[in-house]
Amino acid sequence: MSGSFQAELVKLVRRPAAWLLLVIALALAVLFTYVFPYAGYAAGTAGPNAARGLPALLPDQLVGNSLGGLPVFLGAIVLILGVLVVGGEYGWGTWKTVLSQGPSRLAVYAGKLLALAVATLVVVLAVFGVGAVSSVLVAAAEAQPVHWPGLGDLLTGIGAGWLIATMWAMLGVVLAVALRAVALPVGLGLVWMLAVQNLLTAIAAPLLDWVAQVQKGLPGPNAGSLAAALGASSDTPGVLATVGGGQAATVVAGYLVAFAVVGAALLRRRDID
Amino acid sequence: MNLPVQTEGLTKRYGDLTAVRDLDLTVRAGEVYGFLGPNGAGKTTTLRMLLGLVRPTAGTVRLLGRPPGAGQLAQVGALIEGPAFYPYLSGRENLRVLARYAGAPAGRVPLVLDLVDLADRAGDRYAGYSLGMKQRLGVAAALLKDPRLLILDEPTNGLDPAGTADMRQLIRRLGAAGCTVLLSSHLLGEVEQVCDRVGVVSRGRLIAEGSVADLRGTAVLRVLAEPLDGAAERARDLLGADRVRVVDGALELTVEPDRAAWLNTELVRAGVAVRELRPHERDLEQVFFELIGKETADVR
Ligand SMILES: Nc1ncnc2c1ncn2[C@@H]1O[C@H](COP(=O)(O)OP(=O)(O)O)[C@@H](O)[C@H]1O
Ligand SMILES: [Mg+2]
Repeated sequence: MSGSFQAELVKLVRRPAAWLLLVIALALAVLFTYVFPYAGYAAGTAGPNAARGLPALLPDQLVGNSLGGLPVFLGAIVLILGVLVVGGEYGWGTWKTVLSQGPSRLAVYAGKLLALAVATLVVVLAVFGVGAVSSVLVAAAEAQPVHWPGLGDLLTGIGAGWLIATMWAMLGVVLAVALRAVALPVGLGLVWMLAVQNLLTAIAAPLLDWVAQVQKGLPGPNAGSLAAALGASSDTPGVLATVGGGQAATVVAGYLVAFAVVGAALLRRRDID
Repeated sequence: MNLPVQTEGLTKRYGDLTAVRDLDLTVRAGEVYGFLGPNGAGKTTTLRMLLGLVRPTAGTVRLLGRPPGAGQLAQVGALIEGPAFYPYLSGRENLRVLARYAGAPAGRVPLVLDLVDLADRAGDRYAGYSLGMKQRLGVAAALLKDPRLLILDEPTNGLDPAGTADMRQLIRRLGAAGCTVLLSSHLLGEVEQVCDRVGVVSRGRLIAEGSVADLRGTAVLRVLAEPLDGAAERARDLLGADRVRVVDGALELTVEPDRAAWLNTELVRAGVAVRELRPHERDLEQVFFELIGKETADVR
């Protein structure tokens, strides 16, 4: 298994698409969390995030600001990463090449999941990192004192972010295994994350009570509730406290495990072409 | 002694289509076994079942005496239906990654690259390889573990004549070095030249098995002589009527080729002018089509 894990890490690190996704994730995080709100604040424009003003951009808000993207857009990016790591083997026909070398399917799969968990941790740490730098720059530009969140809050935030990101990556994994491809799982995953979730929240849930109840069990609203519980602004799409933070963390972890297990079962059972 | 490959009643159905039907395949240690059949005969499906990529509908597989499961492929190298690698990695990096999955030492990588003559292009990205280079990288990957059993599915597909000759030589060399090879092909010439034993598969069934000579059947002597009637009569006296046939104005004699000189002398002594006398081997190609044709006719 450790050989498979190493092989997966090498493949991921050498894969240009993985770095492209990281760069896009960080660019989006900085632009929407810091650059646009700060520009709006500096210009005195009234806008959604501008309402919270300068204090929302300072280092002591780092945890919430870094988690805000994970329920939707950062989540979409790690979902793509999950699809790429597993779906690539179908797209290139490399399952047979790898499995002919002798490792069991589950060993290869476990190696992939571990490599993805490392990758999502890197993404989350990088988001916290660029957030820290951005907020310090804002503080310096506005001559504000720099106060960091406490170490406990910081670690809890990183852990929660990692949990949410890994759950989305596992959704990508299970879609890729189920559909044995790259393009369709990416497409369907994004439609779900960017369109369906929003439509449910914005249109269906306010009208129908049962939709609102179902929402409380879906991965997106739970990820949003977890982020909200740790200080993410509810002005961010997908961030909304529909359930408590503890319950949300449990549900997100449940989805993570369920996606991983379903993917494993499908991969084990089916023929490899 | 464990047989490298042993299947019993191996069957794979895809819906209504039976891709492999009740196949008993045995490959003995140290031999180069040719798995011969036209496209769609079920060769690749069989090899996928050997490797555990495809689950048999019925039947069992043992490789090197072990049933499917962990460790079954520890001493097996395989290239199945065309090479597939990571396009963004170089040939060498691809092999290094695969060596990690295999638990093979990284030191094997330059060795196998040398074996398939790819060392000088090993640093290039796989995406830029020609089909022949991809195929050779596929064979290199199959050799990473220094396998006791090598399974090659149509390894010369896409190779030019020189590459094909190299590949044959490599397979012969591996066979000579004691590696058991299971080589599938739809090309007779290929198995004829490298294989100790051949199994012919058609429509998922093994329809013939034996050495190349067995399959080809007994050689005949083809004789052009005048007068033909006199020659035939004398030949019947010498060999017995059932060993003499007249085909297209020539005699076909079922007789060991080393008796040609004796036969010539006897015919000349009987007043027959012998214009030509040469051993005529039945073309394996022809045997192959006869076998497959018969099979097709049986099914209908
Ligand atoms: N995954 C599959 N689903 C349906 N039919 C298949 C599948 N794989 C192979 N077949 C069919 O099984 C038969 C044997 O195919 P294959 O083993 O690839 O033959 P060969 O390798 O001898 O050319 C063919 O008719 C092929 O179309
Ligand atoms: Mg084939």
